[in-house]
Amino acid sequence: MSHIIKVSGLGKTYKSGFTALRDVNLDIQKGEIFALLGPNGAGKTTLISIICGISSPTSGQVTAHGFDIVKDYRLARSKIGLVPQELSTDAFESVWATVNFSRGLFGKAPNPEYIEQLLRQLSLWDKKNAQMRELSGGMKRRVMIAKALSHEPEILFLDEPTAGVDVELRRDMWEMVRGLREHGVTIILTTHYIEEAEEMADRIGVIRQGEILLVEEKQALMDKLGSKQLNLHLTSPLTEIPAALAEFNLQSELEGSFLRYSYDSRQNGDSVARLFRILSEQGIGIRDLNSSESSLEEIFVSLVHEETAK
Amino acid sequence: MNIYGIRAIYYFEMARTMRTLMQSIVSPVLSTSLYFIVFGTAIGSRMGTIDGVGYGAFIIPGLVMLALLSQSISNASFGIFFPKFSGTIYEVLSAPVSPLEIVLGYVGAAATKSVVLGILILITARVFVDYSIEHPVWMMAFLILTSITFSLFGFIIGIWADDFQKLQVIPLMVITPLTFLGGAFYSISMLPEPWQTLTLFNPVVYLISGFRWAFYGVADVNIAVSLGMTMVFLLTCMAAIWWIFRTGYRIRT
Repeated sequence: MSHIIKVSGLGKTYKSGFTALRDVNLDIQKGEIFALLGPNGAGKTTLISIICGISSPTSGQVTAHGFDIVKDYRLARSKIGLVPQELSTDAFESVWATVNFSRGLFGKAPNPEYIEQLLRQLSLWDKKNAQMRELSGGMKRRVMIAKALSHEPEILFLDEPTAGVDVELRRDMWEMVRGLREHGVTIILTTHYIEEAEEMADRIGVIRQGEILLVEEKQALMDKLGSKQLNLHLTSPLTEIPAALAEFNLQSELEGSFLRYSYDSRQNGDSVARLFRILSEQGIGIRDLNSSESSLEEIFVSLVHEETAK
Repeated sequence: MNIYGIRAIYYFEMARTMRTLMQSIVSPVLSTSLYFIVFGTAIGSRMGTIDGVGYGAFIIPGLVMLALLSQSISNASFGIFFPKFSGTIYEVLSAPVSPLEIVLGYVGAAATKSVVLGILILITARVFVDYSIEHPVWMMAFLILTSITFSLFGFIIGIWADDFQKLQVIPLMVITPLTFLGGAFYSISMLPEPWQTLTLFNPVVYLISGFRWAFYGVADVNIAVSLGMTMVFLLTCMAAIWWIFRTGYRIRT
């Protein structure tokens, strides 16, 4: 896959002296869903704001679709749609007017059929004549998405898209985002909801204090950093763990009828197979078993803490 | 050029005017009409002529100018201030529109409203006061030029203001006094020295004088000087806006 956004050596220092971004380098691949994770104040929104033209960089360069965002801003911006974190809307405008306004602003000729289709897809058609102030928070969020898609962008930024949105709408949005990706739209989202990144993203970037800590394929990240647990329910309880199993550092619960083996997936190797072999040699029967692995949230928390400790 | 972008901003602003017709058009026409009734018809009928023009007719250019200046500033400043205040400015900043196109959209709409308002005030004034327009083309030129210039000035105020108070302070504390003291209700030749000379430092004098010349062929200062001063103010505002967009002052972090 070729990159659709290329961020090179991007830095942002505000007049106050606060540095929001430090030498950020990032490539976004065409057609992917990229999730940018980071704690509050990490620089996620600043990065998006610079790429979209809302904020100016102090140093570095960004290209979108091969166009420099400063020199060729018209061509670069025409490819980008942005759903900002804040629900900033014109309270007295109708849904229809505000979405058409966005399309015009981005230099596209009026296309009522496309806007109708968009509003229908986002379940907004019934509300097309409603003023923005009459809509619920969830509906406003949908309108923000419709505005961002009104000029048929190839790149869509979603800054905390499901903040304050109920579970049902969140699921709807995930579906919509997947649908957009199927139509070739590249999606970059920032989120606090790790499950959102886990559910949707192809790749994940972690940013902290203005620096990109890592960029990985989601599954590779989970495989690389995730720890796993193997839970064993025994046929007969053990009075004590045999010495032959000492190397596995097993935890015994339920008066010896349950054993938990925690291991690092990075060093998985054949340890599970060896554990089963020794259990068999010791005559320890297994009634049931299951395994679990770290969620992205646990990985993220451990990663950020690890970097803080450095 | 992003014609659709300019059109979107322009129609958005015009739609806002239509939604607030009472406040945007009816109210300034009504309040200016009160001046015509009180100073033009009631008091004016008992006053003599100034430079050969009846008092009721004499004050018309000044009153139209007063409404033009305050409404141009108010419309343009609110037009750009409110998106900053509500946060919707993000969309304009992230769109493929150039600073010139943004200004054309916002200032074009504000100036259009002012020109319409000026014409409506002139039509309303005819109901109360008998007046003539000696140079109608120049009258329209001054009307349009002043509307554009002060809409640009309003745009600058809208960018500069970071609260509603600042939005009001220049029109109320600077423009209105300058207009009242700029010969809206009198000829500056009626002032004693040193006030007559000091008044020439008031830029609004040149606007009112030029506009009045277009009506009655009489002016406090040379028409070329009036036109020149208006152009200087226009170019100053354009330079300030160019600087604002070049530096991102108060619009882009």
